[in-house]
Amino acid sequence: MPDGAAPILDVSDLKTVFTTRGGEVHAVNSVSFQLAPGELLGVVGESGSGKSVTMMSLIGLLPMPPAEIRGGQVMFEGHDILKMTPAQLRAVRGRKIGFVFQDPMTSLNPVFTVGFQVAEPLRRHMGMRKKQAWKRAAELLELVGIPDATARLSDYPHQFSGGMRQRVMIAIALACDPQVLIADEPTTALDVTIQAQILELVRELRQKLGMAIVWITHDLGVIAGIADRVMVMYGGQIVEQAPVRELFANPQHPYTRALLETLPSVTGARSKRLKTIEGQPPALGAHPTACPFRARCRHVMDVCHEQNPAITTLDAGHDVACFWDATTGEARHV
Amino acid sequence: MFDGVKKPILKVDDLKMHFPIFKGVFRRKVGEVKAVDGISFEIYEGETLGLVGESGCGKTSAGRAILRLYDISGGSIELNGQDISSLQGDELRRLRPEMQMIFQDPQASLNPRMTVASIIAEPLDEHKKLSKQQRMARVFELMDAVGLHRDFANRFPHEFSGGQRQRIGIARALALNPKFIVCDEPIAALDVSIQAQVVNLLEDLQEKFGLTYLFISHDLSMVRHLATRVAVMYLGKIVELAPRALLYSDPKHPYTEALLSAVPEPDPSSLNKRERIILEGDVPSPSNPPTGCNFSTRCPRVMDICKKEVPEFKQLDDGRHVACHLMD
Ligand SMILES: Nc1ncnc2c1ncn2[C@@H]1O[C@H](COP(=O)(O)OP(=O)(O)OP(=O)(O)O)[C@@H](O)[C@H]1O
Ligand SMILES: Nc1ncnc2c1ncn2[C@@H]1O[C@H](COP(=O)(O)OP(=O)(O)OP(=O)(O)O)[C@@H](O)[C@H]1O
Ligand SMILES: [Mg+2]
Ligand SMILES: [Mg+2]
Repeated sequence: MPDGAAPILDVSDLKTVFTTRGGEVHAVNSVSFQLAPGELLGVVGESGSGKSVTMMSLIGLLPMPPAEIRGGQVMFEGHDILKMTPAQLRAVRGRKIGFVFQDPMTSLNPVFTVGFQVAEPLRRHMGMRKKQAWKRAAELLELVGIPDATARLSDYPHQFSGGMRQRVMIAIALACDPQVLIADEPTTALDVTIQAQILELVRELRQKLGMAIVWITHDLGVIAGIADRVMVMYGGQIVEQAPVRELFANPQHPYTRALLETLPSVTGARSKRLKTIEGQPPALGAHPTACPFRARCRHVMDVCHEQNPAITTLDAGHDVACFWDATTGEARHV
Repeated sequence: MFDGVKKPILKVDDLKMHFPIFKGVFRRKVGEVKAVDGISFEIYEGETLGLVGESGCGKTSAGRAILRLYDISGGSIELNGQDISSLQGDELRRLRPEMQMIFQDPQASLNPRMTVASIIAEPLDEHKKLSKQQRMARVFELMDAVGLHRDFANRFPHEFSGGQRQRIGIARALALNPKFIVCDEPIAALDVSIQAQVVNLLEDLQEKFGLTYLFISHDLSMVRHLATRVAVMYLGKIVELAPRALLYSDPKHPYTEALLSAVPEPDPSSLNKRERIILEGDVPSPSNPPTGCNFSTRCPRVMDICKKEVPEFKQLDDGRHVACHLMD
């Protein structure tokens, strides 16, 4: 992506905390990142590392309480989204910023037909009449590969398969030609051929509309194929960030390195037992004062128990938060 | 892997699962979604049968029908030699501990008002008489097994991430030590490391207790790792059923070929190296399947006969089954 272009989305120092019966959960701890216009930012990371909560926080979709945004700024078109009134938010969300949730069953309303739910943003944001919106809804479903789209508009969500529901969510997110699309595990329920079709569609839309995309996924194959840049999260923090080729060729953080080692493949040798990353993820009970990965890290040093490593920028736009230097195999000199 | 005679734990014969389509104010029946339209296969004790195929082709419906979570529309299902196709009520309930399902949609299958501990313990409460201590010990054991922090036992499902919720469902399915488990996309929502953890766990349990799995997944590399044999479904029918190594090294059905060629490789520099088969043509609908072969509208190697006659699901010399006119 063009260097130096003003970011369309600029997140700084975002902190999100949940209050539960068992105490606080510090789900997002000082997360900062930028998204350039037209860029596709891949987000990977451990399950529970705060990927979804980060994205929900920045478009004001978390129920508060129990969630609370303890700090940070999310700049979009010169305004801080976190300071917007509910009415201002509604005008941005679903219109300028589209999103696909991780859980398609719960994000579709079971009592309305699929057609109603796809047509709704078209009527609300694009001022379409009922008939026109219904027609456009059918086109959108076709675009995401739902067979017999017109007939299936009057189905209810439970009549759709998991992957079909996911595609409905994608259709809704794309309905109003957003400038930013936030897609949280949008293709987990899709087979590889339909996934390839969706990825192709996304590629086209980026070219045509210059849409910028945040794409959360566990599938590193997908990331390798579509992302410009990748952000790796662990324990509510960004631990590494780099252009996609750089990240795969030259991973720096011990978590990223372990992650890349755990991959099975369809072509290579078949391993007897899959590699895992030993140990438990952090419980996130408080704002971290030490490295969140220390308990599972192969290269842990004394300092890792005492301080939380700050982000270091290496060359080639490659950021890492780690005291250990992968190049020298020793403590990093800063 | 198997010496001597293989014993099928499950026998499915010409299974059909059709859903009625209703329209209008009077909810008149106007048609049917033929989600599963005549599939036959066996699963042998201790093996893992992988089930892959296009989104919406009927995998979940097949899995649910086999476990008799639905009343089936046709065909028969035999579990351990017992015909369970038409069991109802108590008879069915007694079978439940034997066979379990890990659901594709974790959120929708977890009661939001129950804590994690009580969700995992629910099957224990229903089918086993355990003391309070035994019950909690078993819950912790299961939470450890799937990599959930014990501290989370009193949390509610909405307080978890997608991947954590999926693991609650897995722990619950394992609670009664079932013999046969339908795993419906059990790992799709998990990160790679936890995927590996869960897959290793499934393998360990299989080894220890001789479990049998029907493993539904879009992740072809995981299926390759885990499955003994693989069934490929397309629009309600099985198009190819083969031992793992054979299927991956030498796919016979054009749909299997296309599917394998589309797997994204986790290597940004390998792009475009592999030849990808992009499927074109109309995606057919299960309420109005094409005449002849269901894949004929998109098959890159379609012939005249494919548009007229339904190909038979036949065994080839190498032991696999394929439904394709190219094999004639
Ligand atoms: N409503 C809530 N109350 C309490 N804790 C929560 C709540 N929602 C999320 N969390 C916690 O916040 C952390 C981050 O969750 P998040 O959903 O962002 O993870 P994720 O990275 O998206 O994981 P996954 O890959 O599994 O979807 C998790 O530890 C989760 O348990
Ligand atoms: N309760 C239902 N009522 C009507 N149609 C249904 C119902 N359940 C499933 N279907 C339809 O049956 C077909 C097969 O759905 P199924 O959920 O079995 O697919 P699947 O192979 O599991 O797909 P995915 O990979 O997307 O999960 C789809 O066309 C779906 O819309
Ligand atoms: Mg998530
Ligand atoms: Mg399914």
